[in-house]
Amino acid sequence: MNQTQEKAISCRELTKQFGDFVAVNKITFDVEAGEIFGFLGANGAGKTTAMRMLCGLSYPTSGQASVASFDVYKQQESIKKTIGYMSQKFSLYENLTVLENIEFFGGIYGLSDKELKLKSDELVSTLGLGPEARKLVGSLPLGWKQKLAFSVAIIHEPRIVFLDEPTGGVDPVTRRQFWDLIYAAADRGITIFVTTHYMDEAEYCNRISIMVDGKVEALDSPGNLKRQFNTDSMDDVFYQLARGAKRSAD
Amino acid sequence: MGAVTLTNVTKTYDEGKVLAVDDVSLSVEPGELFGLIGPDGAGKSTLFRILTTVLLADNGTATVDGYDVVKDYRAIRKTVGYMPGRFSLYQDLTVEENLTFFATLFGTTIRENYDLIKDIYEQIEPFKTRRAGKLSGGMKQKLALCCALIHKPTVLFLDEPTTGVDVVSRREFWAMLKRLKQQGITILVSTPYMDEAVLCERIALIQTGQLLSVDTPQNIVNAYAGQLFAARADSIPHALTEIRQFDPVRSSYAFGDTIHVTFRDDNEQNQQQLTQYLQQKGHTNVAVTAITPTIEDRFIQLMTKDTSS
Repeated sequence: MNQTQEKAISCRELTKQFGDFVAVNKITFDVEAGEIFGFLGANGAGKTTAMRMLCGLSYPTSGQASVASFDVYKQQESIKKTIGYMSQKFSLYENLTVLENIEFFGGIYGLSDKELKLKSDELVSTLGLGPEARKLVGSLPLGWKQKLAFSVAIIHEPRIVFLDEPTGGVDPVTRRQFWDLIYAAADRGITIFVTTHYMDEAEYCNRISIMVDGKVEALDSPGNLKRQFNTDSMDDVFYQLARGAKRSAD
Repeated sequence: MGAVTLTNVTKTYDEGKVLAVDDVSLSVEPGELFGLIGPDGAGKSTLFRILTTVLLADNGTATVDGYDVVKDYRAIRKTVGYMPGRFSLYQDLTVEENLTFFATLFGTTIRENYDLIKDIYEQIEPFKTRRAGKLSGGMKQKLALCCALIHKPTVLFLDEPTTGVDVVSRREFWAMLKRLKQQGITILVSTPYMDEAVLCERIALIQTGQLLSVDTPQNIVNAYAGQLFAARADSIPHALTEIRQFDPVRSSYAFGDTIHVTFRDDNEQNQQQLTQYLQQKGHTNVAVTAITPTIEDRFIQLMTKDTSS
């Protein structure tokens, strides 16, 4: 087993076309195992389309990519089993309790009863959800839901977790608690692939890429990007890159 | 009298079980660009819905342009413009049909108030025969703004117009609001993005149905209790873990590429002590500097004070 040497994600000229429209245009990058990788871009730049290909939900038109060493064309099912995923929109079943959600998703990911019990206890205690564990998820505040959704997304200790705007609309204190959870997961070796519209969160990533009109126009550490664009704010880096964008779809 | 007033307004949902707005009083002056700043679930949309007469408060009174939201709801509906958080135009009508529809509904024409929407409408005019449902996010937002403006409202309510929108479109949108303000329209806008607060003349910070503070952005920053410092080191996450264990520190949290820190007692040694502490823990490129807080810092301070009391 020499998995730590493998790239968590590797893309080579990955492309997706819808008819004449090139949604993702020959993107090439690697994500190292254990890295926190920020995947940024303007609305309509192609982030979601790229992410869907990497999660094994859509076939590329051309180019290569592997996720946890699985091929995005031939091994989609293996990819789905190996990754975790959460987004701002789809999180958990609101009409199930906290414990039922944990049991449900843990079960889907093939955890044994014993592992499930262990994970449930651990999760409820780290999130401080004790009294709320038997409440419906729908009754929890948004911040708690998102922290719970993240914990559930990594309940099977995936190699990589994809987070699509996980902190949208969350208050500033909870947003930071959420990032504490991300760091803890990264410390355990889980690779984090995250999108956000909060530029301060881009700073919390080891490296970030910025997509404009289907292409990756910049990729480096936040510090290096700021130096390269001669500014002290990520906001400005993003603005300089994206203001010339032709596309503005969602 | 303010263009918009709220007096002790309370609203609950689910038979009183969920307190959405908790005894809120507020006044917005005519012509003001006023921001409601807070996360999801703070009560922003509920306040907007009460003010635009589509929801009744449990308690308290509210007025818009001097009209009472309960007694004079018909008058209010004629004079306000409202852009809800969720896209709510007719998806099966074209851009132009939507605009004509809203103009007709308010007894006016596109031509009559064209000067008001010209800047914005010109950007979507090339797509005027496209169905609204087929527009991109940014264009939907511009069309919705045109539709909210076409009857020349005196007060404009914009509920999270920039949520989920990228930095470039957000800057464009705020530039549009500035131009509208110059036309004398009172604008009430809500946003979860703290950095947008400084673009308003006055703001209300709102959290779990309560107003934490109402003032100009500058005064809110000035009200920050204690001296705030920014700490830098090569490994921010590890430095943060250690700073949290450093006894003189009152609060510490990541903020972009730095860690924001306050101390239990403000004294001249703090800066140097923290620098030495981090260096002793093996951190490299350590720097601790006194900084001016942002709105977000003050929001965090008010929020955490609230939970500890």
